[in-house]
Amino acid sequence: MGEDPETFTQQDIDRSIAYLFPSGLFDKRARPLMKHPDEIFPKQQAVQWGADGRPFHFLFYTGKQSYYSLMHDTVAKVLAAEKQQVLLLSEGPVPQDTKPISLVGSRWLLKEELEELLVETISDHDYARFIQLMERLLSLPNCLSEKDFVQRYRKQLEIQSSKQQVAPLQYDENGVAYSTADGRRKTATCTVLLRDCGSGSISINGRDYLHYFPVLQDREQLMFPFHFLDMLGRFDGQCTVGGGGRSSQAGALRLAISRAMLSFLSEGQVESMRQAGLLTPDPRVKERKKPGQEGARRKFTWKKR
Amino acid sequence: MAPTAVSNKLKATHRKQFQELQEAGEKGERERTMTLHRLFPLRLRQTIAQVRLLHGSGCGHQLEEVAMEPELRKETSVFRTQVNDPACQSERHLGQYYTLPTSHLHTIFPHGLPARYQQQVKTFNEGCVMVRQPALELISYLKAADYSKPAVRYLLYGLKGSGKTMSLCHTIHYCSTQGWLVLHIPDAHLWVKNCKELLPSSYHTSRFDQPIEASNWLRNFRTTNERFLSKIKLRQRYTWTKRESTEKGSPLGELVDMGVSRVKSSSDVVGAVLKELRLQAAETEESEGFRLAVAIDGVNSLWGRTTIKKEDKSPVAPEELTLIHNLRKMIDNNWCGGAVIATLSQTGSLYSPSSAYLPKELLGEEGFDSMDPFIPVPVSNYSEKEFESCYLYYLDRHWLQHPHSKTDEGKKEIIFLSNRNPSVLERLCAFL
Repeated sequence: MGEDPETFTQQDIDRSIAYLFPSGLFDKRARPLMKHPDEIFPKQQAVQWGADGRPFHFLFYTGKQSYYSLMHDTVAKVLAAEKQQVLLLSEGPVPQDTKPISLVGSRWLLKEELEELLVETISDHDYARFIQLMERLLSLPNCLSEKDFVQRYRKQLEIQSSKQQVAPLQYDENGVAYSTADGRRKTATCTVLLRDCGSGSISINGRDYLHYFPVLQDREQLMFPFHFLDMLGRFDGQCTVGGGGRSSQAGALRLAISRAMLSFLSEGQVESMRQAGLLTPDPRVKERKKPGQEGARRKFTWKKR
Repeated sequence: MAPTAVSNKLKATHRKQFQELQEAGEKGERERTMTLHRLFPLRLRQTIAQVRLLHGSGCGHQLEEVAMEPELRKETSVFRTQVNDPACQSERHLGQYYTLPTSHLHTIFPHGLPARYQQQVKTFNEGCVMVRQPALELISYLKAADYSKPAVRYLLYGLKGSGKTMSLCHTIHYCSTQGWLVLHIPDAHLWVKNCKELLPSSYHTSRFDQPIEASNWLRNFRTTNERFLSKIKLRQRYTWTKRESTEKGSPLGELVDMGVSRVKSSSDVVGAVLKELRLQAAETEESEGFRLAVAIDGVNSLWGRTTIKKEDKSPVAPEELTLIHNLRKMIDNNWCGGAVIATLSQTGSLYSPSSAYLPKELLGEEGFDSMDPFIPVPVSNYSEKEFESCYLYYLDRHWLQHPHSKTDEGKKEIIFLSNRNPSVLERLCAFL
C-alpha cells in the first residue's frame, strides 16, 4: 500500500482500520479497532495465592493490599526523611540548600486514575489519606531523593496556551495590517475582518452595528474583547453573520473578534485572553427532546389517575 | 491653643490630600485637555486650566469652588455659548450649547419638543440646545431665500435618533425670534393612527374629521402665535351651521377660539386657518404681511397608510382625512412668502421597515413626487467635537454619576456603546 513499516504509528493503524472497515455506528467504542490487548481489556488482578493457598503478599488479608502496601512504603520514606533531618540538625545548623520538588505543571492523580494504577477499588477516605500523606512527605526538607517516587503519582498538565494557533498578520495593498477569523455559537456563524489604524467603526452585514444590535447587551458583548485589551478605538471591523438569534450572533461575533485580534497581540496578552474565557467556544447547544417527555427536561403533566 | 493646633494640622493634611488627588487626577486630565485643545479654538484654551480643576476629582472640587471667583465660572464652560439668539449663531458656535429662555420654551414649544428632551429640561432646570451643522445650514438658507418666489421645501432626513426633531426645533426658534408665524405640527403620525373619534366631514361627504386632534392643535397654535391672532383678518366669510358664521374681516383669533370651543367643526377650522395663512403670507412686509413657516415632523405619514378604520372595517386612506388633505395643500409650493421645513421619521411611521431612513424609501412614490423639488438636509450622528461637548455638558449637570464614566476608559466605552448617536447616548447616560 506504499506505507513504510518502520514508521507505522498507532495513528496510522487507526486510519487504515477506519478505511478498511467503514462503520456507520454512532458510538466510537463500538467501531472496529486494532490495538494492543492491554489497552482494550481492563487490567485484572493476578491470582494472589499459591498452590498451598497461602497468599503471596503479607497485607493480603487487609482486602486492599496494593493500597496499604503503597501507604506502608510512603510512611517508611517519611520516617527516613525525618530521621535524616534530625541527624543533620544534630551535626550543626546547616544552611538550607536542598530545593523542594517542583510541583508546577502537574497535579495529583485522580481517584479513578489511582484505582487504575493499583488495580483495586479504594474509597474516597482512603484517597484523601493518601494525598495527605504525600503532602506531608513533600513538606519535609530532604525529600528531593524521593522525587521519582512522587512523580509516579503526579500527572503532567499540558500548557493550554501552546495549543492556541495564532495566524500570522496579513497586509493589504496600502500596508494596513488586517486579519480574519471565524466564530460560532449555537447555530450562528460569522466571519470577521479586523483592520488596524481604524476609528472603531464596525459594520455587520453592511449595516452599522448600532442598527444591527439595538439592544445594549449585544453591543457590550462586541465591546468586551476590545475593552479587555484597551484597544477600543483602534480597529475597524467588517463582519458577516448568519443563523441563530440575536444573542448567539453576538456571542459568535465576540469569539471571532477575539480570534482575529490574536495576530496583533503578544503571548502574554494571548494567555490573559484565554484565561478571561474570550477564546473558549461556548459548547452549550440546544438539548434534544426525549420521547415520553414534552421537552428536553420538562415531563408531561403528572396525573394521579 | 490646642483646638487651633489640631485644626491647623487637619488643614495641612487636607491640603496634602488635595495635592495628591490633583496629581493623580492630572494624569488623566492631561489627555482630556489634549483632546480639548484639539477640538476647541485658541481663545477658549485659557479657560481650560479652570475647567480641569472644576471637572477634576471630588475632594478638590469643593475647595476650588470656594476659591473661584463667580464671574469666571460662567466663562469656563467650553461647551456653552452666551449667544442665545439663533440668528447670531455661526460656525464658531458649532458644538456648543445655547440656552432657550424659559418664556420662549412655554410660548414657542407648547407641543413641539421630543418627550425625552422635555423630561431633560425639567430635570436640568434649563433647556439647552446644541448648535449643529444641519440646523445652521437650514437657517442660512432661510436667511438667503427670496420670499417673493414660491415657498422652498426643506427636508431633514437621517438615521434614527440622530437629531432631526431637535434641528427642526432649533430652526423654529430662529423663525419665532425673527417674527415669523410658525405652523408647527409636532408629529404628523399622531393624526393617522389611534384616532378615538372619527366624524364624517360636514363640508365634504367622502372625508372624515378628527375633532380631538384638531382642537388640540388649534389650542397649541393659539399659544404659539398670540400676537398674530388679532393682526390677521379673514378674507372670506365662513358658515359653520345655519346660525353660526364667521364674518369677513374678523380677526383670526376669533376663528381659532371658535374652533377650540366647537370641537365638532375644529377640523374645518384648521382647514380655514391654513387657507387664510397661505393666501395672506404672499403679501410683502410693508402691507402688514408676515412670513409663514410650516414645520411638520414626520411628513412621511401624509402619503403612507393609516391604521384608522371606517365602521365597515375598511381602512381609511390618508387623503380621506380632512387634516391630512389640508396639510397636503400647504406643502404644495403654489404660495409665496414662507418656507416648508419637514422631517422624516421612521419611529412613529406605519408599515415601514425600521432600516429605512432615506427620503425615497420613507416618502414613497407619491410623497416623493409631491415633495419634489425639495432641499434635502442630512442629519448625522455627533462628530467628535459634538460628542465631547455633550459629554462635558452631562458632566457639568452632574448627570453622569458613576465614577468610571468620568475616566477616559469610561468615555471610550460610552463612545463605543452609543456610536455617538445622540438619542442612544442620552438613554445610556441616563442610568450611568
